[in-house]
Amino acid sequence: MKASVTGVETVFPDSEGTGQNGPEQVRISMELRGLGKKFLVGTGEFQALQSIDLDVGVGEFVCFLGASGCGKTTLLRILGGLEKHTEGSLRFYQEKSGQPPTSIVFQEVSIFPWLTVWDNVAFGLRARHAPKALIKERVSFYIEKVGLTPFRDHYPHQLSGGMKQRVSIARAFANDPEVLLLDEPFSALDERNKATLQDELLRIWEETGKTIVFVTHSIDEAIYLADRILVFAGPPGHITQIHRPDFVRPRNLTALRATPEYKRLVGSILEGLGISGEPSDAIE
Amino acid sequence: MSIQENNSDQIGRMVEMQPSKDIGQAERFRRRRDRFLTVVSPLILLLIWEIVIQLGLLDSRLFPAPSMIVGTFYDLVASGELWRHLSISLIRIAVGFFFGAIAGVTVGTLMGVMPVVGAVLSPIVASVYPIPKIAIFPLIMVLFGLGEMSKFVVVAIAVFFYMVINTVAGVSNVDRIYRDVGRSFRVSRLRSVFQITLPAAMPMIIAGLRVSAGVSLLVLVSAEFVGAESGIGFLVWNSWQVFDVRSMFVGIIVIGFLGWASFTLLDAIERVCLPWAPKNRR
Repeated sequence: MKASVTGVETVFPDSEGTGQNGPEQVRISMELRGLGKKFLVGTGEFQALQSIDLDVGVGEFVCFLGASGCGKTTLLRILGGLEKHTEGSLRFYQEKSGQPPTSIVFQEVSIFPWLTVWDNVAFGLRARHAPKALIKERVSFYIEKVGLTPFRDHYPHQLSGGMKQRVSIARAFANDPEVLLLDEPFSALDERNKATLQDELLRIWEETGKTIVFVTHSIDEAIYLADRILVFAGPPGHITQIHRPDFVRPRNLTALRATPEYKRLVGSILEGLGISGEPSDAIE
Repeated sequence: MSIQENNSDQIGRMVEMQPSKDIGQAERFRRRRDRFLTVVSPLILLLIWEIVIQLGLLDSRLFPAPSMIVGTFYDLVASGELWRHLSISLIRIAVGFFFGAIAGVTVGTLMGVMPVVGAVLSPIVASVYPIPKIAIFPLIMVLFGLGEMSKFVVVAIAVFFYMVINTVAGVSNVDRIYRDVGRSFRVSRLRSVFQITLPAAMPMIIAGLRVSAGVSLLVLVSAEFVGAESGIGFLVWNSWQVFDVRSMFVGIIVIGFLGWASFTLLDAIERVCLPWAPKNRR
């Protein structure tokens, strides 16, 4: 996983429809070739993921969409370094030595209860011995970005659920990885908090130009956020569809829902998920 | 509610739920009452004891009332006798506790984070832990002499096992998500132990220290009964041998006070070290 993608001139291969709209050359953040994952279970083997090919361009916002158990979280854990793929190859671009390939924002509360907001956000940078001045600058920058400056010395138990997830987002961004991985980060939040955090995430993404992989099981969330939606099915987990919702940003879901493009997209995604009939938001 | 009651012809009706005028007074009263009782309950115990003796329900030669002990207590303090015994016991506990706790937390952490070490050591710990440490005190004296070292060692061994068990429990129950976070930030194994595992296990480790404080007192006093010429345990046993019952009771009460003091001290340590622990949240 240490290997850098050689050369900045790498272009999107068009084989599986991942090409950008124009002829512009895009640097690749992450490259998967025939990636697969096998587990040993009981007397046999379980193929969790099978031959995944994927290129993600720098600054791209990609959503993994799929039902529970289709392997999308397993793939995210492999990308995040928590598990190893057993087949194929996985490469990340590395800007400079020491830059981590990925950071994860987990679904559940994952910030350390024994650290203050500040120390939580500084965790990744301290772990890789970043210079003190850089830590201070980045941490205060991202705490400000998620609007928690007045709470920087608070402990997690003094924060609400939405605030805790903001800390988690700030912690992942502050670590300055090549790719940010978010695993259903807003699924435990109420609708209002969820909408606010989605917008905050989009704003930070636009301001920082980071590459984002976002796992969700909500079609609406994927359409609202993504440059590209990868629909997963399984097991064994594989990509069944690729969509590029090219609605103009900032997107307005309420207005979008009335458009035929939106309806067609949802219908197509539902088909990819193996569900027919009326569009529904959550797929379990 | 029996079926008969519901069997009447009565049709459904609205049932009134009574409001409460209490906006938190009851809770506040309970808190104040509990704080008061914490201070008063030992005094009440002494008072009951005093009354029982004064009424002649127990032989005051064997069970002197608190009021009878006060004079003896004062004499022992004034002569410096009490402090001599107390200070030597405190030193023995402090030294034994310190080394036993350090070793216990270290070994417990290794067992918790390294499965190989756990597999090798846990059957040994499980079988040696329940042996009363006072039962091996003669062997300890053979190995470490009749001096201070044997007392340090017996306290350290007792504390060691309690700390190993609590540390292993704390370390192996660290929430999986925290380890995942550490790995997702590519934290080194060693750093992960100090920055994630140990902080997360700290409530259990401090609970272990709390139990160990009592255990070290228990073991030291029994060791001083049989193999010492000084210390608070020696004071109790020696007073009994010369039938100085009042001095013996002074020793017993001092031991009880030490137990209370260790709890209070650990409460304070816990509040400072674990401001995030659920019980310290305000």
